[in-house]
Amino acid sequence: MDRAEIESKLVDLLVDELGLERDSITPEARFEEDLDVDSLGVVELLMALEDNFDVKIPDEEAETISTVSQAVDVVAAKVNA
Amino acid sequence: MVVTGLGTVNPIGLGVDDTWKQARAGVSGVGPITLFDTTEFTTKIAGEVRGLDLDSYLPRRDYRRMDRSAQFFWVATAQAMADAGLAYTEDDPAADRAGVLIGSGIGGITTTQAEMDVLRERGPGRVSPLAITKIISNMGAGLVSIDFHLFGPNSCTVTACAASANAIGDATEIIKRDDADVMVAGGTEAGICEFALAGFSNAKAVSTRNDDPQGASRPFDRHRDGFVMGEGAAVLILEEYEHAKGRGAEVYAEVLGYGMSSDGYHITLPRPGGAGAAKAMQRSLDNAGLAAADIDYINAHGTSTVANDVTETQAIKTVFGDAARSVPISSTKSMTGHLLGGAGAIESLMCLLAIRDEVVPPTINYTTPDPECDLDYVPNEAREVTVRRAMTNSFGFGGHNVALIFGSV
Repeated sequence: MDRAEIESKLVDLLVDELGLERDSITPEARFEEDLDVDSLGVVELLMALEDNFDVKIPDEEAETISTVSQAVDVVAAKVNA
Repeated sequence: MVVTGLGTVNPIGLGVDDTWKQARAGVSGVGPITLFDTTEFTTKIAGEVRGLDLDSYLPRRDYRRMDRSAQFFWVATAQAMADAGLAYTEDDPAADRAGVLIGSGIGGITTTQAEMDVLRERGPGRVSPLAITKIISNMGAGLVSIDFHLFGPNSCTVTACAASANAIGDATEIIKRDDADVMVAGGTEAGICEFALAGFSNAKAVSTRNDDPQGASRPFDRHRDGFVMGEGAAVLILEEYEHAKGRGAEVYAEVLGYGMSSDGYHITLPRPGGAGAAKAMQRSLDNAGLAAADIDYINAHGTSTVANDVTETQAIKTVFGDAARSVPISSTKSMTGHLLGGAGAIESLMCLLAIRDEVVPPTINYTTPDPECDLDYVPNEAREVTVRRAMTNSFGFGGHNVALIFGSV
């Protein structure tokens, strides 16, 4: 799965699962500051990523994710490992 | 103490006007359950809220984080605040004098059931981080306090089917002791799920008249066979009288009396003879400084269970004496089903509209008199009555008895 596919699926998850506006989601967007996703929402997102990409994201790694593009990086590294 | 705004979503209406029109017309909101598959259930009917367009009230990213019960409460609050002409900004000093008191019997029980399934099937790592905030009974109040900027008292009553009557009564006390000028008070319930229905069914509390859903809730009728689960919310805006007058608010009615008692008898059954219920009714009269003969309408608890309707009738006779024969009594649960924690609030709303329009809603499905229930239950058709003062009863599992009295201004 290439990066573009992962990003596209991630955007769908943010829209479908978290109810975000599609237009507000850019690669640089920060979850908490720009997208108003609080700590509970971040946990929901991580669960959705794990379920939809069939990966495991440990807490230490989860803590490095603060933007959309960083989430794509983490998932891409695992999916393509 | 006055009421200046109303809001509701329930099985017969998605707003106040809608609800009142249906109630006056004697329309039932009960039907086959669509929220889940009832194949294995002995009861297959309920009063569901249908067609509510949440998107017209708030963004999906917000309502998806709420249990259905909190969504109902949020919507009813939005309607009631608009009706009262009240809106607070974050930095409005008046917001510190506005609060909220919610009543709910079982909170987000549908979420409890769903997340328990997740726990058992997928393990602790997959239980939603929102599970707890969706389940807790108080969260409807928490959510509206955030979104409508209510920075005064923020609390919750959890007294089963008396919960929202307690919320309204306790909220008036909060204003009386000057802890707030305005209180959003009411209740909500959204308990139509497999878990709750199975529990109520096995407690032999709910009707199994599956072949006639609209005729299933038949309070005081001889062939009643249990209550029908309903769902929904109702909210009253309670306001200190001078505060309401000062801003030129339109007033529905005054809150005149609040009485409580404990049955102290059994976890589900009412005390035979209705002595507990009678005490709550008498205390509401005492609290209001009224005599029973001053009451022009009673919105009964009238659940359509064999036990409640007999004992409530006996309690009314105890308190009202000769006047029991002449006071019109109706149970709007015949139409809405039983909103459980939301019942006291939707039934208070019915009283307020009866006072405003001088019409009392009927008890529908009343076809065969029960010799033990021999009062005037306003059978099947609404009736024009000048209602200056109305009483509503709410009784909850655990022996919680509450009566409220409203009066024209």
